[in-house]
Amino acid sequence: MPATVKILLGTKKGTFILDGDAARAAWRLRGPFCEAWPINHVIADPESGTIYAGGGNAWFGPAVWKSADLGASWTHSSEGLAYAAGEEPIKSVWSLAAAPAGLYAGVEPAGLFQSTDEGETWRHVAGLQAHPSRPHWHPGGAGLILHALVPHPADPGQLWVGISAAGVFHTADGGAHWEPRNRGTRADYAPEDQRYPEYGQCVHSLVMASGMPERLYQQNHCGMYRSDDAGRSWRSIEAGLPSSFGFPSAAHPRDPATLYLLPLNGDIAGRYVPEGKAAVWRTRDGGESWQALRSGLPQQDAFFGVLRQAMATDRLEPAGIYFGTSSGELFASADEGENWSSIARHLPAILSVETLTIGN
Amino acid sequence: MTSARPPSFDAVRVVLPAALMKLFPGAPRELELAAADVAGVMAALDMRWPGMRDRLCDSTPRIRRHITVFVAGERARLETPLPPGVEVLIMTAISGG
Repeated sequence: MPATVKILLGTKKGTFILDGDAARAAWRLRGPFCEAWPINHVIADPESGTIYAGGGNAWFGPAVWKSADLGASWTHSSEGLAYAAGEEPIKSVWSLAAAPAGLYAGVEPAGLFQSTDEGETWRHVAGLQAHPSRPHWHPGGAGLILHALVPHPADPGQLWVGISAAGVFHTADGGAHWEPRNRGTRADYAPEDQRYPEYGQCVHSLVMASGMPERLYQQNHCGMYRSDDAGRSWRSIEAGLPSSFGFPSAAHPRDPATLYLLPLNGDIAGRYVPEGKAAVWRTRDGGESWQALRSGLPQQDAFFGVLRQAMATDRLEPAGIYFGTSSGELFASADEGENWSSIARHLPAILSVETLTIGN
Repeated sequence: MTSARPPSFDAVRVVLPAALMKLFPGAPRELELAAADVAGVMAALDMRWPGMRDRLCDSTPRIRRHITVFVAGERARLETPLPPGVEVLIMTAISGG
């Protein structure tokens, strides 16, 4: 049976799933699931196929939803997903990751939780909030959110997180201790002599190169960066891009030098695609050079943005690339970004895009 | 000598918000349970439907911002005591976007 792809969407009004055919040419939309809660992130555990959706509802608070039957039925839990009494309560779940050490959830206000029973119960990974920088973390535009989770593929002790606007932090001991990993990334909103602080940068997206755990890419509020030493130092790779501002990044599933971005026109310029013309930008040499991919994307009067978790690749050959817009449209390419088509429209604002490959 | 028996409370009538039914399939809109205050209602609900308290209360702990509890028609807090037989009405407030 040929491999197929499911696209998992977190939106402002629920979870949606698109089921693709073998050619990735025809897609069937299902949803909204999760009672149309705002869902910030939907992932699938590639081992079990279980789908998890994290979000928070204005009335009923935060929870992680779970479906073990590819979306047909759902349950929810927030048992243990709470700070201590008297502390500011959790507003929403922002990010999820299936890791060798279990399931991780990043929340607002920024903190990290772990589940070792497939999302039934959660425990606070308190070491992150115990970091001495915690009193100095300040929220970005979307709040003080832990929105990026990058587990090491082989070492269950290692995890990188991205917090807006505290920056990137790394643990090597399963969350007991953390260190900031922001050297070389700018904070243009700070006074000139304070633009390269130890922490306080506004990371937007953090991804790992395939097969190279030491190589990380970071789209920041203030620039685009690559690290080849697990985040200990970063260098700018924004030369050749139309803007240093954007939210998502997506690593190629096999080539560690290939990365996809969707730059926006600027943080106080509207945050839509530059000149109203949509393009995904691709590098095939680790950020030394960039190419705009526009075929099939709107080239006039496009004023959408694409948020931090709203672009993903699949695992097929050639790789499929997907991104969802703030205006509720989903674009897909089945040929590594060369050609694009719109495969869903009129959805709620899309907050996250992930994929699950079945078979293969 | 103190008694080992738990304290007993008179039953109150609890009305749950309709939207909660979708999150806890099988839970009734209305039920009777024994509780001395609103916090006791939340604990009793959570015993029967694990997780229900988290949907209605945050970790402060207090009733969630957009959930309203009325006891005998008056807006209540977790500490509000419950006279025997009183109606506890739990409602979703105006919110959304």
